[in-house]
Amino acid sequence: MASTTAVDVVMPQMGVSVSEGTITKWLKQVGETVEADESLLEISTDKVDTEVPAPATGVVSEILVQEGETVAVGTLLARIGGDGAGGSAPPDEAPAEPATQSAADASAAAATEGEAAPESAEPPAERAEPAPAGNGRAFVSPVVARIAAEHGIDPSQVPGSGSGGRVTKKDILAFVEQGPPEAPQPAAPEPEPVAQPEPAPAEPVARPQPAPAAQPVAAPAAAQVGETLEPMSAMRRGIAEHMRRSLDTSAHVTSAIEVDMSKVVQIREKLKKEYQAAYGVNPTFLAFIARATVETLRDFPWVNGEIRGDQIVTKSFVNLGFAVELADGKGLIVPVVKNAETLNLLGMAKAIADVARRAREKQLTPDDVAGGSFTITNPGGYGTFHGTPIISQPQAAILGTYAVVKRPWVITDENGADAIAIRSIMNLTLTYDHRLVDGAYAGRFLRDLRERLQSWGESDY
Amino acid sequence: MPEKTYLQAISDGLRQEMRRDKRVFVIGEDVGVYGGAFKVTLGFQEEFGSWRVIDAPLSETAIIGGATGAAIMGMRPVAEMQFADFVSCGWDQLVTVAAKQRWRAGTPVPIVLRLPSGGGFSGGPFHSQNPESSFAHIPGLKCVCPATPEDAKGLIVSAIEDPNPVLFFEHKHLYRRIKGEVPDERYTTPIGKARMHREGDDATVVTWGAMVYTADEAAKAVDASIEIVDLRTVLPWDKQAVLGSVRKTSKVLVLHEDTRTGGFGAEIAATIAEEAFEHLDAPVKRLAAPDTPVPFSPALEKAFIPQVDDVARALKELIAY
Repeated sequence: MASTTAVDVVMPQMGVSVSEGTITKWLKQVGETVEADESLLEISTDKVDTEVPAPATGVVSEILVQEGETVAVGTLLARIGGDGAGGSAPPDEAPAEPATQSAADASAAAATEGEAAPESAEPPAERAEPAPAGNGRAFVSPVVARIAAEHGIDPSQVPGSGSGGRVTKKDILAFVEQGPPEAPQPAAPEPEPVAQPEPAPAEPVARPQPAPAAQPVAAPAAAQVGETLEPMSAMRRGIAEHMRRSLDTSAHVTSAIEVDMSKVVQIREKLKKEYQAAYGVNPTFLAFIARATVETLRDFPWVNGEIRGDQIVTKSFVNLGFAVELADGKGLIVPVVKNAETLNLLGMAKAIADVARRAREKQLTPDDVAGGSFTITNPGGYGTFHGTPIISQPQAAILGTYAVVKRPWVITDENGADAIAIRSIMNLTLTYDHRLVDGAYAGRFLRDLRERLQSWGESDY
Repeated sequence: MPEKTYLQAISDGLRQEMRRDKRVFVIGEDVGVYGGAFKVTLGFQEEFGSWRVIDAPLSETAIIGGATGAAIMGMRPVAEMQFADFVSCGWDQLVTVAAKQRWRAGTPVPIVLRLPSGGGFSGGPFHSQNPESSFAHIPGLKCVCPATPEDAKGLIVSAIEDPNPVLFFEHKHLYRRIKGEVPDERYTTPIGKARMHREGDDATVVTWGAMVYTADEAAKAVDASIEIVDLRTVLPWDKQAVLGSVRKTSKVLVLHEDTRTGGFGAEIAATIAEEAFEHLDAPVKRLAAPDTPVPFSPALEKAFIPQVDDVARALKELIAY
């Protein structure tokens, strides 16, 4: 029944640039059954929040890192199956084991030294499973077996009402709710992890069991009347740190330009139906702007560049970041479309739709949000017409796009006479790092970008 | 909301789409002058002319092949098979050409095939089948099987909008027997989303098409709380809705009018076993027609198609397990 060798659950490597993660929630507790690939816990890194799937099917026998703790990649977090996992036996009180020498250390030591020194505290495996004597009792259905395992119940003690006295799901649920009639074996209570104060996050902790408790964290000022305190999510902390660091790093300057989007509006209307019918994707203004931006960046490599030490880095590729608000409105993430210079308008529209969807559904991997060379932020959906976004480090600039609105506009007709027309106008801002990009260079970039958008032809895909 | 028959709902949805989009046209045997064997397209030729309501020769191959070509050229054909059974004559055009075109060449094939299907009126072996599982096995196709007038209209609109070949199985036994409220305005019903027909706690029936009504009557006849999931579309099918209901009730009956072996119920049962095994409190039960052609004889046909009593018996066995 229960697997005899335990399977380790370690902090996964969530991308090349991630070295540690914080356990935000255990979705299963000790004694509960988990299926392979079922989500076992939630972790939070400085890039993304994600769920970690179980590497194997079995009963969670040990949880070694509690919620709120931050540990290095590769740290042993929990074990599935093995010694502590029991079907009918009441689960061992694994967490109560003295934390000084964890099982991980014990087995590692045993492996290296070759001779297993019998530790008195932790007798190794091979405990005979007191399986219910096969005869006498009826078949146990999968759902009953699962509920029994979750609650540490021996199904043979539950009165059955199904055919041939079988224990049905209803029987065992009623048993769980009311408790056994004359219970000899109490159901194991949910092991309650000791409420941990906010751990000190900075140091990557390599040991599986950092000394808990007794370590006072600088207490934040208590809530006053009418105030509510809530802990900052890892993502919020990441945003706060990055925004502050960016302002401390780059010399931010913003220039704005007005763009007549009438041609784009016209072509977009034309393409919309076709794109939606044939490809299920909407050719958004953002896709047009992103296309034009990538083209323009070719001529202005420093806008797509970076300062690294006292060197200037220019790039033959455009990894285009898009600022996306999360569905709950409580955060922002910047997924990156890699090698955007290889995408035509359709490809760009699809790529943007894809990363935006995955961002909202929390399906991004840390590599999806790394390596950007230039960023576009699009607060125009709410009608704003100007802004001064903050550069995503270590990039050199960020483009802001704003609402497309109809405005009275002075145009010059083919005879050279001025007239007022109704045109679809949009503001664009370029916020750039003046350490690298000067005002004239930024101005020319915006001018060329405007020209591309204003003269967009049907074949400019 | 106005009450309409299942047939009227399909007709209305089709007419609305033809008024709205000039690319939509109808082709089939007797769909024009005669208004269709079941009168779904009655009055269409008067309104839209003979170029948009085309009476085709007796060749399903030509109808499906022609529709596929027109779709590749940008049109949105709705082809009628006079009976779903006859679609087998056009198998090659549908399965070899239409289903594969987008994957092979990238061109979408937005055709809809209307397939009057199902038995219950002594139509015999050539006019009573439910061939959805044959086509649910073909990647590149979609298979839609509405049970209610509201879904019939919403799904015919979705089928026309869809860029893939969609097989629209309309159950003949429901045409005039089933009435329901149908909004006058245009709306779509999503392909791939099931409908909770009836909520319950003790057992789940997963079904579609005319069997939804059989299951509903059986649910009333047993002394238990039965949940009925109407799949609405079998390809793609709403796995999440089915698995969600299984996790709740832990007992499932998969019911269909098509024959048993290789029927779509097998796919559903297998998926439940794979993905919800630990939630099952009884073996997954299947109820379907036996593996024979549909008989002519009314008595034999009744024995062939699952009846209310058959479903009720299966449910009682499940509950008692």
